[in-house]
Amino acid sequence: MATQHSRSAARLMMAPAVVLLLGWMLVPLTMTLYFSFRKYLPLRGGDLGWVGFDNYVRFVSSSSFWPSVMTTLIIVGGVLAITVILGIGLAVLLNQPMWGQGMVRILVIAPFFVMPTVSALVWKNMFMDPNYGLLAHLWELFGATPVEWLSQASLTSIVMIVSWQWLPFATLILLTAIQSLDSEQLEAAEMDGAPASKRFAFITLPHLGRAITVVILIQTIFLLSIFAEIFVTTGGAFGTKTLTYLIFQRVLESQNVGLGSAGGVYAIILANIVAIFLMRIVGKNLDA
Amino acid sequence: MARNVTQQRKIINTAAAWAVGLLIFFPILWTILTSFKTEAQAIADPPIFLGFDWTLENYQAVLERSNYSRFLWNSIIIAGGSTILGIIIAVPAAWSMAFVPSKRTKDILLWMLSTKMLPAVGVLYPIYLLFISLGILDSKIGLVIVLMLINLPIIVWMLYTYFKEIPGEILEAARMDGASLKDEVLYVLTPMAIPGIASTMLLNVILAWNEAFWTLNLTAAKAAPLTAFIASYSSPEGLFYAKLSAASTMAIAPILILGWFSQKQLVSGLTFGAVK
Amino acid sequence: MGQIRLNKVSKRFGEVEVIPPLDLTIEDGEFTVFVGPSGCGKSTLLRLIAGLEDITSGHIEIDGADATNVPPAKRGLAMVFQSYALYPHMSVRKNIAFPMRMAGVPADEQARRIEAAAKALNLTDYLDRRPGQLSGGQRQRVAIGRAIVREPSAFLFDEPLSNLDAALRVGMRMEISELHKKLATTMIYVTHDQVEAMTMADRIVVLRAGFIEQVGSPLELYHKPCNEFVAGFIGSPKMNLIKGAEAAKHGVATIGIRPEHLDVSSSEGAWKATVGIAEHLGSDTFLHIHGVEGCDPMTARVDGELPVKHGDTIYLTPQLDKLHKFDAQGLRVD
Repeated sequence: MATQHSRSAARLMMAPAVVLLLGWMLVPLTMTLYFSFRKYLPLRGGDLGWVGFDNYVRFVSSSSFWPSVMTTLIIVGGVLAITVILGIGLAVLLNQPMWGQGMVRILVIAPFFVMPTVSALVWKNMFMDPNYGLLAHLWELFGATPVEWLSQASLTSIVMIVSWQWLPFATLILLTAIQSLDSEQLEAAEMDGAPASKRFAFITLPHLGRAITVVILIQTIFLLSIFAEIFVTTGGAFGTKTLTYLIFQRVLESQNVGLGSAGGVYAIILANIVAIFLMRIVGKNLDA
Repeated sequence: MARNVTQQRKIINTAAAWAVGLLIFFPILWTILTSFKTEAQAIADPPIFLGFDWTLENYQAVLERSNYSRFLWNSIIIAGGSTILGIIIAVPAAWSMAFVPSKRTKDILLWMLSTKMLPAVGVLYPIYLLFISLGILDSKIGLVIVLMLINLPIIVWMLYTYFKEIPGEILEAARMDGASLKDEVLYVLTPMAIPGIASTMLLNVILAWNEAFWTLNLTAAKAAPLTAFIASYSSPEGLFYAKLSAASTMAIAPILILGWFSQKQLVSGLTFGAVK
Repeated sequence: MGQIRLNKVSKRFGEVEVIPPLDLTIEDGEFTVFVGPSGCGKSTLLRLIAGLEDITSGHIEIDGADATNVPPAKRGLAMVFQSYALYPHMSVRKNIAFPMRMAGVPADEQARRIEAAAKALNLTDYLDRRPGQLSGGQRQRVAIGRAIVREPSAFLFDEPLSNLDAALRVGMRMEISELHKKLATTMIYVTHDQVEAMTMADRIVVLRAGFIEQVGSPLELYHKPCNEFVAGFIGSPKMNLIKGAEAAKHGVATIGIRPEHLDVSSSEGAWKATVGIAEHLGSDTFLHIHGVEGCDPMTARVDGELPVKHGDTIYLTPQLDKLHKFDAQGLRVD
């Protein structure tokens, strides 16, 4: 259904969105690139001139760089693994016949609506505090020494908090997918003599493939840039400095815009590597 | 599948599901409960679950300490404004992609989504400078624009997904019936897509409401929304659990209620059409 | 008024030529059916006329005026879609009113035309319902109502009956035919069903792979198909096409004989054969026959009373005056 007329109308109607996003992408990107080649200290003399690749070299050779990349990948990977695996389990559970399914769904989805600053604060103080936190009480109940979560098991704690926030999303998408599975397929498999475990492995799980891709894609987009959870809990201490947070510190805490911008360019490159990888999968999946 | 599930299995399912559901919900429940305790009860050892003296003093304290209604108002304006602006820009774009697809449509969609992957922190300082030079730092309009831009790809995607479900023949019929492009979008497409548009808006209100990078870094006193309101409790004052809980409850309650009412519609849109 | 003239009209989708340049004139008031197998380009041709697709080259004239670059809304044509394409969020009344609303017809005139259309189409009781609450046949009538009230210069139908069940289809077929008699407006009707084409058309355009194979009245196509394709496509059951020695006896590459033009005897005839399957329809019996050289199976349409069954040996004789002859290129030889 495309005439010349409707095609030109389409271009016109697409223009605002495309132009805005292009501007949103290119203008700051160009500025970041520019700053990354300059010694720029807003509070200590401002723009001090061209320094070539100095900032890039300094950023990578900083002892914090590789750990921050690792931290980023561990958080993203850890949260993805936990939410997908637990999400599948929960989706299967919620798909069983039961009383009050609607209410359980409401309970399960709730964390998704909680703003990250709130969930970080609540977890940090009311659950993970080594003196008054509920988890400390729980540990004491079993006679164990309370864990100092955010200093001793900092990365685990962050992964826990973020997983709690994203588990509802994964669960609900996977539940929707499971519910769309044609029950006749499962019945046919049952007639063919497949036990429940085989039915899950050979029919339910492949059926969830698309949904899992979507969960991974969307979560990765949001997880790569998590900020508030770290800002509020550890402030980047105890090995929880992600690449995002490292750059944030360079720019705002040490007020070194040039160095931070070089870091920004690295982060953009990392994001692009992940993006290309993901887009490949998703692009293929969206065709079907 | 009309098969009798044994009563016993249903009981086990129900128990398991409710246990898991309550476990996931517990942090929120605990926060709400704590907000009604006195500070002493909030840190009592062992913790008190229900048997405490219900009080509203924490809410009073929070309201006295900071101007909650201004933060709330800022949140509403920023979340609502960015969503409405986003929809106005995204509806025509999604119409184009869904009904006049070309070879590049999918590339454009994926490119749009990829802009969401650009790390915000990489461009924070340039945006900060731009905002200063435009005089919109710490202003609601500045945040409306930024949040609209970061959520625009999601809005376009979701609308595209919904629009694709609408048969093209209906729009062609409108064209044959003499409708102009404007009539076609306004009188035929939009009314048919109301459920989709509504759930797109809901999700974006939620995302904008909870957005905590730009809202924290681009605002100070004037335009700060609830994310900043709550972040101010990350200081040692956060150790006053009851007040922290009251503030948290006040920050999340509006969106929690909105989200609960609309969870069904939300899920269908969130899947980007890849899960039916 | 509603004469539509296609002048060297062609359509390409990228590299694929869907419609090679073709000329066709549809006269005012004529009921024209485009028929052909799926993928023959008949729907594309209709959409070109509607303006829903751009033509690649050539010209379209409506009532003598060049309409090639006129947008669909301005061509004065009404279209009924295969899926009916009703607006699901509007009541039947609003659906029918929509084209008039777009054209700025005054409210009282709108109401008058809606009443008239609803009465003609038996929709009066359903005007305030939504399309979702109607049956398939009713939806079809709403779609027709929406087309009628515009008082278009021509109606375009794109396989409008293919979503209906068999019984409704026959009824709607007659309603559309009656509508045409009453309005005497040009109608172009696309279908892959040759029965619809035969029963409704003043003129049939048979298409294959974008080419017009033959244009003519239903009986012309039946009696004088200009090639093997039309011969096989028009008529049910299909014409038997016999190649080889039998055809050579008549001095051509292929001969064709319709199932209803075969005389069947149990004792003597031109071809001896065995009955495969006998389909007893009551009024008629269709015999699928094996053993005739150059055409296996052959179909014969015989009287319903004839006692034949699987495995019987019978003799067939073609009615020579009803024999069709085709040359090696498949073209008719007279």
